Amino acid sequence: MSEIILETRDLTYLYGKDTPFQKTAVDGVSVSIRRGEFLGVIGHTGSGKSTLIQQFNGLLRPASGQVLLDGKDIWDEPRKIRAVRFRVGMVFQYPEHQLFEETVRQDISFGPRNMELSEEEIAKRVASAAEFTGLKPELLDKSPFELSGGEKRRAAIAGVIAMDPDVLILDEPTAGLDPQGRDQLLDQIVSYHRRRHNTVILVSHSMEDIARVADRALVMNSGKAVMLDRIDRVFSRRAELESMGLRVPQITKIMSLLREKGYPVNAGVLTVDQALDDLIPLLRKRGCIR
Amino acid sequence: MISDITLGQFLPGKSVLHRMDARVKIALTFLFILFIFIANNFPSLGLMVLLAAVSIGLSGVPARQYLKSLKAVVFVVLLTSVLNLFYGGGRLLLQIGFMQIRTGGVVNSVFIAVRIISLILFSSVLTFTTSPTDLTDALERIMKPLKFFHIKVHEIAMMMTIALRFVPTLLEETDKIMSAQKARGADLESGGFTQRIRALIPILIPLFVSSFRRAYELAMAMECRCYRGGEGRTKMKSLHMTRLDGAAIAFSSAVCLGVVLCAALLPSVFG
Repeated sequence: MSEIILETRDLTYLYGKDTPFQKTAVDGVSVSIRRGEFLGVIGHTGSGKSTLIQQFNGLLRPASGQVLLDGKDIWDEPRKIRAVRFRVGMVFQYPEHQLFEETVRQDISFGPRNMELSEEEIAKRVASAAEFTGLKPELLDKSPFELSGGEKRRAAIAGVIAMDPDVLILDEPTAGLDPQGRDQLLDQIVSYHRRRHNTVILVSHSMEDIARVADRALVMNSGKAVMLDRIDRVFSRRAELESMGLRVPQITKIMSLLREKGYPVNAGVLTVDQALDDLIPLLRKRGCIR
Repeated sequence: MISDITLGQFLPGKSVLHRMDARVKIALTFLFILFIFIANNFPSLGLMVLLAAVSIGLSGVPARQYLKSLKAVVFVVLLTSVLNLFYGGGRLLLQIGFMQIRTGGVVNSVFIAVRIISLILFSSVLTFTTSPTDLTDALERIMKPLKFFHIKVHEIAMMMTIALRFVPTLLEETDKIMSAQKARGADLESGGFTQRIRALIPILIPLFVSSFRRAYELAMAMECRCYRGGEGRTKMKSLHMTRLDGAAIAFSSAVCLGVVLCAALLPSVFG
């Protein structure tokens, strides 16, 4: 097995093809996603990140270019595109709006049932998906419409995790959750990633979220992939990101401003703890603290 | 894509018809539809077709859009004209089993097809050139006398405005839900009739739920802004009749008079 699981070659997608409103949403994107990595995707609204990820599992068909899954073009056999969708799971924004079954259990089984797995296997997958997302077992036999907002979100994410995809894509999974719910959900996604060793792609507006969980980050700007690098290297290019209308995490910004003033600190700091490791020795050396 | 439906769509523009008073446009459209049915021979129907052609020309909307709106009713037109082939006297043209096609039937079927097509064209002219807000505004004004019978005219107009406003929103929502279920392996493209109907359940239920959610949210937002119905409400943009409308009324009346004369003096195709 090669190191690269998903690769795009010169991928281009047009909206409103052959009409006066034609717009290039994704413009010649060539990226490689490594097996088992946690990739963050950032970009301004309308930068093409949603259009890009919808091509990863064949929901949108590119105008030109290729999407390779394990080195094989996913559109080689258009009739087998469902098999690709089972391997590349996709959680949309506000996924709780897709719930429809009578019970949470049945809703989570929708994906596995479409894969034509045995009843035994389905039950096993539902149980483990519910556990991964922190959904209490007694909720499984309730109607999904009786759950609270946060629980609905978990149930919907469990519905995709139950397909046990090799690549899991999440589009703004924490949008609209309170800070506590957001942290919990992110922790669960991280621990799922650690236990399953699969590839996770997280699209988010929150630079803090990306900084906390991702190994690498892909930056999209007006349809083009402008950076794909280790997360600390991406965030150390603060000026470039800000020119694209993106922020860097607050603590990264403080450290980079300190660096500009001439203090010998690391510009790629992502968390407050890392910043403390940098700052305390510095302050000690100057005798400000003991 | 679902967004290909053009019937009932508004296309912004600055043509003569776009600038006309919506009330006049609605009234004239109803009048024309009535006269399509008063026309009972080819000269009178020809006058109506001419009127339709003039309206289409004045609307400044590309003919392609009108063809698209006709595409939606192709089946209805074909069905009615095929059925009408078998009715009518005259010379026998073709015998299929016990069914006979006579010259009268052919004339009938062509006549009916032209009637339905011009009907669709007239209503397309109205919706292509009138914004939904103007349309419901005008309807509210036209229906005002019904208040006498305790019919809640303002509420009906408001419901229409809201329904029209949410058509694109719900289409977008449908698209999103379809993508989400496809991502979970929903198969919407293959299988027999019952299987396809069953495949719609995962789309329709979330769509229903979200429509209700939107309705509650909208009702709440309207109440927060102290909406209490039409009582004592004034319009920011009131409708005005101009000379243009007068000219349109005069021209249409002349054509309609011609239709009445043709219909009364010349023989009818229905014998």
